[in-house]
Amino acid sequence: MLGHGGVSKDGAEIESLVGDKVNLLEGARRVSPGSGWRGLDLRELWEHRELLYFLVWRDIKVRYKQTLIGVAWSIIQPLLTMLIFTAFFGTLAKLPSDNLPYPLFYYAALLPWAYFSGALQQVTNTIIEHQRVITKVYFPRVILPLAAVLSGLVDFAVAAPILVGMMLAYGMFPGLTMLLLPVFLLLAVVTAFAIGLWLSALNAIYRDVRYVVPFLIQCWMFASPVAYPSSLVPERWRLLYGLNPITGVIEGFRWAIQGQGQLPILLGVSVVTVLIVLFGGVLYFQRMEGTIVDVV
Amino acid sequence: MSRTVIRVASVSKRYDIGQRERYRTLRDVLSRALTVRRNGIIGKVCGDGVNAGHIWALKDVSFEVQEGEILGFIGRNGAGKSTILRILSRITRPTRGWADIRGRVGSLLEVGTGFHPELTGRENIYLNGAILGMKKRDISRKFDEIVTFAEVEKFVETPVKYYSSGMYVRLAFAVAAHLEPDILLVDEVLAVGDVGFQSKCIGKVDDVARGGRTVLFVSHQMNQIRRLCGRTIWLDAGSIRDMGPTPEVVSGYERAMSAGYRVGFERPEAPRVKARFLRWEVVEPRSPQANVLRCHGPVAIKFVVEVNEVLPNVQHGIGLYDNERRLLWGTAVHRFRLDRGMQEFIYKLPMLPLRPATYSWRVTLFDEDRLLDDWECVPELLIATAPMTHWRDEWAGTLNIPCDFTVSQSSESEG
Repeated sequence: MLGHGGVSKDGAEIESLVGDKVNLLEGARRVSPGSGWRGLDLRELWEHRELLYFLVWRDIKVRYKQTLIGVAWSIIQPLLTMLIFTAFFGTLAKLPSDNLPYPLFYYAALLPWAYFSGALQQVTNTIIEHQRVITKVYFPRVILPLAAVLSGLVDFAVAAPILVGMMLAYGMFPGLTMLLLPVFLLLAVVTAFAIGLWLSALNAIYRDVRYVVPFLIQCWMFASPVAYPSSLVPERWRLLYGLNPITGVIEGFRWAIQGQGQLPILLGVSVVTVLIVLFGGVLYFQRMEGTIVDVV
Repeated sequence: MSRTVIRVASVSKRYDIGQRERYRTLRDVLSRALTVRRNGIIGKVCGDGVNAGHIWALKDVSFEVQEGEILGFIGRNGAGKSTILRILSRITRPTRGWADIRGRVGSLLEVGTGFHPELTGRENIYLNGAILGMKKRDISRKFDEIVTFAEVEKFVETPVKYYSSGMYVRLAFAVAAHLEPDILLVDEVLAVGDVGFQSKCIGKVDDVARGGRTVLFVSHQMNQIRRLCGRTIWLDAGSIRDMGPTPEVVSGYERAMSAGYRVGFERPEAPRVKARFLRWEVVEPRSPQANVLRCHGPVAIKFVVEVNEVLPNVQHGIGLYDNERRLLWGTAVHRFRLDRGMQEFIYKLPMLPLRPATYSWRVTLFDEDRLLDDWECVPELLIATAPMTHWRDEWAGTLNIPCDFTVSQSSESEG
């Protein structure tokens, strides 16, 4: 089939090279089928940090376009839920609240929970939403779920001062333990990211995932101490209960505003769980990355 | 110049059929798992080929690209041209084989990816630039240049959802064109925008190449390939059919393509109008393909017009365009009468001395001053005459004029 002189020369040259181990062109990057299981290329990720910044910036910029009250939504959602929980679970059902006033007890949980559930929804769809982009341009795909979980932090930042305001209103002065809040928040971010790696890759292949996620979020909320204190869970189930990283996050938040007592032990279990899910998520996502555009 | 920047070795890419469907659901996967099992058994029983479930978009493709080279890719749709660019730009991985790429790759595979309608022109330039791999610093540096190139100066602060489609495409291309990769992949993007903008885009690709960077260029427009590419690869059904100097590969491709054209192309049904063009053909010299011109010499072109009522005073115009939509020749006939029925417009030309390539006719018909029909004739006119011009493309020009050359003793005596 090959017609011209140049071809057979090139062809022959390469053919002799293809055999087995061939030296990489000096300074070149090799594109190959790949072994499938790879870790993250952190250097490459770092080179694309500006893209991450721009994607987060765009999400934030676009999020409340064409809404009437704009960013106020990020306050209204946890606030209204807090009122409903206070009325039903608190005043009516009289669930214990670890000696915290009901509104504060619920808001401290709903603040990280609103972030987490929102981030899960965003991250699930991120690969599909960027379908056109990823089939045309290469960048480390992992930036997409990362941007999705980070952009939700703005809502958190807007709604967080309300927590401090409420504490002051109830005569609680924010103590040093509040300094640990960012750590608990980080745990929530990493959890959302770790789960998001699985969900976004799976959703790209099986669109069923996006129908499952709202249900998953609902179940997850009841499996986390959002509407009740974890002290309500029988002692022998505690360890199992602690496998849920969000338990650690919410317990951490409540502990931080109380400013006393012991740092929940469950937190340690949560961290370990997250790390395992994250590790698996990275491997799975990276494995899908090379061919995800063929199926998306 | 002779540094190898890309080496592609036995690259193959397999797509599972149905993999690129809009989307899959678990149900599909489960039902497919069942059918595969069943087919597997039946297949064994009947001796069927079981591996019918996939296609090879690329089969064992190997080539090298030198630094500063402009390499063209031609071939029919689905031949694998875009797949090779997608692999080189790391969008997807090969199923077998590998490719080494030295330097930063930028692609113009499709412009405007990542534009967000709610964001302004300025914001989209930054966002799109970042997606394409530009540094923020570089975008800022080139910002004015991009805006000027796109001709959207007045609308920089306007959300792009209010842009006209022309403005949108121009801005998108402008961002992509100001990437400064070591290797630029261009896929058919030059088909966008109006004629003026297109030539601007081609100029930009020219500049990039002249700047010593490597360009891989996919196009269906043989003129662009001829003009830009030194070497060309012809892909056919996933394999390299031919590779070498552009003029040879392209003319081979055109010969093969013209053999496949159908005779007597008819326009699809249109609503009944007073008069319209139905088809066109080359009537002299005769050839099995009515849109192909193979010999030098006198030419006659026929356009068949369907006239549904008597038109006492019509006007008619004709233009011949090349692949880059440059008007090469045009004329018009004023004030003549058309009777009902099928009419034939015949043009006789002493010769059509154009270089082998595809061209297109455009014909118009007016009743008094009202436009009745404006037809971009299909199929395109394919000139497949023997080239008689310089063997190097850049010296060949547009016209293909036969000439005789002799050397003889001058009759003028010296001093």
